[in-house]
Amino acid sequence: MSSETQQILTTDGIPLSVSLKKAERKNKIKAFLLVVPLLLFLIITYILPIGDMFMRSIDDKMVTNMLPKTFTAMEKWDGKEMPPEEVFAGFYSDFKILVQNKEHGKLAQRLNKEKNGFNSIIKKLFRQVQRNKIDEGQSIKEQIMKVHKRWRDVEYWQAIKRTAPPYTTAKYLKGMDMYYGPDGNIMQVEEDRRIHRILWLRTLEIAFFVTLFSFLMGYPIAHLLATLPMKYSNLLMICVLLPFWTSLLVRTASWMILLQQQGIVNDFFVMIGLVADDNRPEMMYNKVGTYVAMTQILLPFMVLPLYSVMKTISPSLMRAGKSLGGTPFVAFWKIYFPLTIPGIGAGCLLVFILAIGYYITPALVGGASGTLISNQIAYHMKTTLDWSFASAMGLMLLTGVLVVYWIYNKLVGVDNIKLG
Amino acid sequence: MSKNQEFVKFDKVDKSYDGKVLVVKDLNLDIAEGEFITMLGPSGSGKTTCLMMLAGFETPTNGEIYLDANPISNIPPHKRGIGMVFQNYALFPHMTVYENLAFPLKVRKISKDDIDKKVDKALSMVSLSGFENRMPAQLSGGQQQRVAVARALVFDPAVVLMDEPLGALDKNLRESMQYEIKHIHESIGVTVVYVTHDQSEALTMSNRIAVFNDGKVQQLSSPDKLYEEPVNSFVAEFIGENNTFGGEVVDLSNGSCKVKLSHGEILANPISVKSKGDRTTVSIRPERALINPENKMDNNHAGTIEEVIYHGDHTRVRLNLLGNSEFILKVPNSSKNLDIKLGNKINIGWNSQDARALDPK
Repeated sequence: MSSETQQILTTDGIPLSVSLKKAERKNKIKAFLLVVPLLLFLIITYILPIGDMFMRSIDDKMVTNMLPKTFTAMEKWDGKEMPPEEVFAGFYSDFKILVQNKEHGKLAQRLNKEKNGFNSIIKKLFRQVQRNKIDEGQSIKEQIMKVHKRWRDVEYWQAIKRTAPPYTTAKYLKGMDMYYGPDGNIMQVEEDRRIHRILWLRTLEIAFFVTLFSFLMGYPIAHLLATLPMKYSNLLMICVLLPFWTSLLVRTASWMILLQQQGIVNDFFVMIGLVADDNRPEMMYNKVGTYVAMTQILLPFMVLPLYSVMKTISPSLMRAGKSLGGTPFVAFWKIYFPLTIPGIGAGCLLVFILAIGYYITPALVGGASGTLISNQIAYHMKTTLDWSFASAMGLMLLTGVLVVYWIYNKLVGVDNIKLG
Repeated sequence: MSKNQEFVKFDKVDKSYDGKVLVVKDLNLDIAEGEFITMLGPSGSGKTTCLMMLAGFETPTNGEIYLDANPISNIPPHKRGIGMVFQNYALFPHMTVYENLAFPLKVRKISKDDIDKKVDKALSMVSLSGFENRMPAQLSGGQQQRVAVARALVFDPAVVLMDEPLGALDKNLRESMQYEIKHIHESIGVTVVYVTHDQSEALTMSNRIAVFNDGKVQQLSSPDKLYEEPVNSFVAEFIGENNTFGGEVVDLSNGSCKVKLSHGEILANPISVKSKGDRTTVSIRPERALINPENKMDNNHAGTIEEVIYHGDHTRVRLNLLGNSEFILKVPNSSKNLDIKLGNKINIGWNSQDARALDPK
């Protein structure tokens, strides 16, 4: 026999690897066919919408398509002084087509967003074009500049040039209360109009505290669940799961009944003399209400991963810790707690991610301070119909979640997560 | 220096979990310093409960446990200074071998240098030097076991408890670990309380064995005495093999008694029969009954061979003898060829001294 690589043959003389592939092909195809529906479902309901959202959030093709000749001419313009005659000529011929198609209104709207004042000067230009006041034999630059003094202002032409690229990140900047200044610099909006930043911070703050409270309350419950005898732990488990079986709205509404100023909790405080009847504390339409209701609703997502991890920790480990001389606290802190970290990580990650996108509950019980970023997204989708801005904020939220996930992966390691 | 004969003392200890059933009944047990004592019994016999009470994870319902003459019922486990090896080793999975061993030393606020020395010594004792940085999951079952033993010994406890530590190992490993644990015990002289349900483990390792059944110590004696001289039929049954005859005492004289069986009569050694007419179970070890005995024996009966099973070093022969069709003989496979064939009638003899008349089953 030679010492060179020998192919192992089956008894029929076919190379073993070929034979093995053949034998497994059928199973592989079967397995693949079984997951195809799910794969398609994920692509259609998850990957495509996110892709669409992304395209929508950066899409800025409208003006690009409306003013093709203008932008071709503008390529040679340095953008500092008034544009040359060719730019005006291009703009005029583009604009004429828009007027024919009755699309100049859209252009005015879009350009007005870029810089205030476009609305009226485009209307003025429209009237001139409609009445055929522009003589194509003479300098179009001179004629347009006569229509309104703003057409003589270089800033307006700079604004048009900024809309040239088919894609823009302006929506993302807007989500962070920033915008492109006249010379393309990133600028901050005035201090009293920076609402989005407040919303982002508030969303993070509420998500953080809800996660913290859920952890503080969920850890002992999960421990109890994991260590109690079966018949009690089953009952307790039902209590933990009960919220899952109740509609979110019902649960939120019941918190409204409990927490309002004439509500049950306040009545109870008055009854035991904790507060005066005419000085009932407000527990709703502020952060307190949001924290209480969201913590209660998200608690199971903390308890279940913790429970599944704690269930696997042998009670003899704590005993070993104690018999080796550790006080109960040391045994807990050095042995039990480190072993529950995968569960803590999974629970916190779940609760935090869910809380960051929470929407109904804070809107109902949170009052003015209950508006979170997701409410803002919904507002832009339903009321202002600025879908590209809503998409941009949605993607920013998604990115935020991915960043949290990445940090978690660095700290704990995703492989250590145990969800059940 | 005389060893303290009552280093660990169970004094009239009762234990009940539910207030209805006693799992440990009136336990009195003295364990000498440096002794290797095994609690042996079937599951549910209360042996593990006794161990847990000693470790401090269960409290006696009644009675008191003394460690070196101090009552310990009110001392929490972490202050008892008792090392323990658990059934599933209970190594801390998130710590290295070194950290596992260092844990009991760190909580005792021992300096880093001393910890290093002690861990080194303990690991070399179980021949695992060089494994300091492994995680428990990277060790084989036997190695984990050794780490668990080393961890229970590293802080020099006065007593080490072992709760079926070899239960999860395969047979060969279990046997070599038995010798290893025995040698460790002999070399450092620590008091060991060992719990097992495996009788051969108990017989090989222990100085004394306490056989538990039904919450009580049935017999407490050295392994050889336990095997040769069981005091009741439970111990005779539980330790090793034995052949039994149930019958009634018809005569009792001169340190010997005559027992009437359903088919015939035999002579036996009266252990727990007091008077004529007592019901009794006579127990005979298989190796004490001989085929065609050359010397005169006071019991001689003919039996029919019903089954022959080859076991390599010996052959087991099942006989029908005096109405007992489960009578087992062990015949060494020596050159001496006996006429052992299925259906043959052979003569069986034993000394009445080796037939112990015990309590009826």
